[in-house]
Amino acid sequence: MGGLSARADRRGVGASTREVIAERVDRIADGVVSLVLVTPDGSPFQPWEPGAHIDVHLGDQYVRQYSLCSSPDDLSHLRVAVLDVPGSRGGSRWIHGNVRPGDTLEISEPRNNFPVRDSRKYLFLAGGIGITPIIPMIERAAEAGKDWRLVYGGRSRGSMAFAEQLVGTYGDRVDVVAEDERGRMDLAGVLALPRAHMLVYACGPGGMLRAVEDLCMGWPPGSLHTERFAATALGPGSVAEPFEVELARSGKTVSVPTDRTILEAVEDVGVRVLSSCRQGLCGTCETTVVSGEPEHRDAVLTQDDQDGGATMMICVSRAAAGCGRLVLDL
Amino acid sequence: MTIAPAEGVVTLPDDPFSPANIADPCPMLTRLREAGPVTWLEKCGAYAVAGFEEVYEVLTDFETYCSSGGLGPRDIREDAGWRPPSILESDPPIHTVMRRALTGVINPATVRPLRERFTGPAEEIADELVARREFDVVKDLAEKYPLRVFPDAVGIPQEGRENLLPYGNMVFNAFGPQNEIFDLAFAHADEHSAAILRNCARENLDDTGFGARIWDRVQDGLITAEQAALLVRALLSAGVDTTVFGIGNTLACLARSPRAWAALREDPSLAKFAVDEALRLESPFQKFHRTTTAPGVLGGVHIPAGAKVLLFIGAANRDPRKWGANADTYDLDRQASGHVAFGMGLHQCVGQPIARLEIELVLKALAARVDTIELTGEPVPLTHNVLRGFASLPVRVTPRS
Ligand code: FES
Repeated sequence: MGGLSARADRRGVGASTREVIAERVDRIADGVVSLVLVTPDGSPFQPWEPGAHIDVHLGDQYVRQYSLCSSPDDLSHLRVAVLDVPGSRGGSRWIHGNVRPGDTLEISEPRNNFPVRDSRKYLFLAGGIGITPIIPMIERAAEAGKDWRLVYGGRSRGSMAFAEQLVGTYGDRVDVVAEDERGRMDLAGVLALPRAHMLVYACGPGGMLRAVEDLCMGWPPGSLHTERFAATALGPGSVAEPFEVELARSGKTVSVPTDRTILEAVEDVGVRVLSSCRQGLCGTCETTVVSGEPEHRDAVLTQDDQDGGATMMICVSRAAAGCGRLVLDL
Repeated sequence: MTIAPAEGVVTLPDDPFSPANIADPCPMLTRLREAGPVTWLEKCGAYAVAGFEEVYEVLTDFETYCSSGGLGPRDIREDAGWRPPSILESDPPIHTVMRRALTGVINPATVRPLRERFTGPAEEIADELVARREFDVVKDLAEKYPLRVFPDAVGIPQEGRENLLPYGNMVFNAFGPQNEIFDLAFAHADEHSAAILRNCARENLDDTGFGARIWDRVQDGLITAEQAALLVRALLSAGVDTTVFGIGNTLACLARSPRAWAALREDPSLAKFAVDEALRLESPFQKFHRTTTAPGVLGGVHIPAGAKVLLFIGAANRDPRKWGANADTYDLDRQASGHVAFGMGLHQCVGQPIARLEIELVLKALAARVDTIELTGEPVPLTHNVLRGFASLPVRVTPRS
């Protein structure tokens, strides 16, 4: 475990990390371990909302983001569930191989890229380990007496973390679709009939999310919210870093901490930018890049446009790793 | 079917389709709102919904307030409409595949590349108009520009394009009652309909436009050939008129607000805000109907099943409860996004990014060339059942010094 806490020198402004103890390390499904993390002095964690994740700093080189699957009502501990992806480099493999109860880990404070909007009805769709961010969402929806349903697909029941507990707690609202029993989730069937005031929260592998995105094009715009867990398994050096944005026209410079978007940071200093979806989907917030290299996270620009780097959607995209400063035409 | 008003609802004598109310709807819109967010219009046999919150609720609750009854005053399920129902006049699950096909073809990512193609024509028209100094915004700009760029983007032939405006005029006027305005719009209905229908066929669409992309989804098995033709028809009917009115109305706002024009001229990146605020204040698509599928309560009023509700988009977008005491003012500093000019939810305008792009490019082209813009005569409002705009809007511009 040595070396984990030696990363203090790489901490940037706003990327505050803290040491935690892995109180429990349990295998909860085939290839899935759950880590229960507590603070060394037993103090509570900062409040967080369903959909939040933490960065976990692994060994010398890796930072991985894991969704929190504990209860936001109980801040005495945080819980993440980690899938061991055989053949993957580092990351999850490392956690499976190295973390033992009582070990110290370094994590970020909880951050949320996948917040849940208030609505009357929810449809939750989870594929495999994508169930993790959904668990606190369900807890919240159930507490609030919302009308909700979960469809949770995976290869086999044995590989599907939390499947049994979810069915035990919530009964009929949960549909566990194990491929070896019933085949794949029938997404086309599940999404065939859009419902009024229903939001869809989906997390799972890329193939599943692409299918969900296509099907939801027949739903009211803005119904679908997704998190790609594959894309958040960042490689070396891809830790979310704070950076600065210089606004060429208004002559202001703002810093963008890891938990704020450029759009939010710019709005904070009173510069007006038109935005709509704030999810990288509608193209409204497109902004010309004067200099610096963006890391694109939107779904509007083509690959060529993204590579060109002349423009970016500032509601989701950020500065590329190592580019500490973007200059924007704002 | 005749629906009697629910007990206790305020009954109003106003006729939103009378010539006086069409020429100047604002006094009536205020009266409606002040009488309550939901009232009964005895002349129409429909509930009027005029509050922002209530209009938003109807638009987003597509299960209770359905579209397959048609956007006009008659229930087209009982009394067939003048044409096969469009995507606007359908509910899930039929609506769902059509919407999926259309959104797959027209979305921010596919519209974005049009900016380059659409810029040249906007600049050419602006050059020509600035050289003339005096012109009619409606005839010389608002009707010209969309017709130059939009049909090419859909990929229809040159021949028959003169039917686009008259056809759009039919489609939208039919969302009102069968009055004189309707009859006038339908005077040459067969000729216009036939020409538009021809343009919807795959063999008459070029290979590069949105039309061909829609037909690709027939190959994918997502939609039928009939649905593909209906979707192209929807593009052609909804994509021209509303944008023409959007351009005219935006320029009307700016010609009446020299301060806003000066701000835009100084900072053309305000164009997007100028468009949004104009769409809010002078929403081109002012009103249309929904039909209730179940009894419910809206704005404190019990509405029975099978009733027509008439949504006043223009009233919602000027509701002081939502927009504040200066709701009737054109204010470039306002946060106007969130207006319902393009609808909201399931049926929200798919062509919205195209319309916004066209209006924005027109504004930018003019702002780069024009110091001041002023009206040289009273704008003439257009007589239309549900759209709001001008028949003529004469202006004088001074070129940038
Ligand atoms: S606001 Fe929609 S892409 Fe940024």
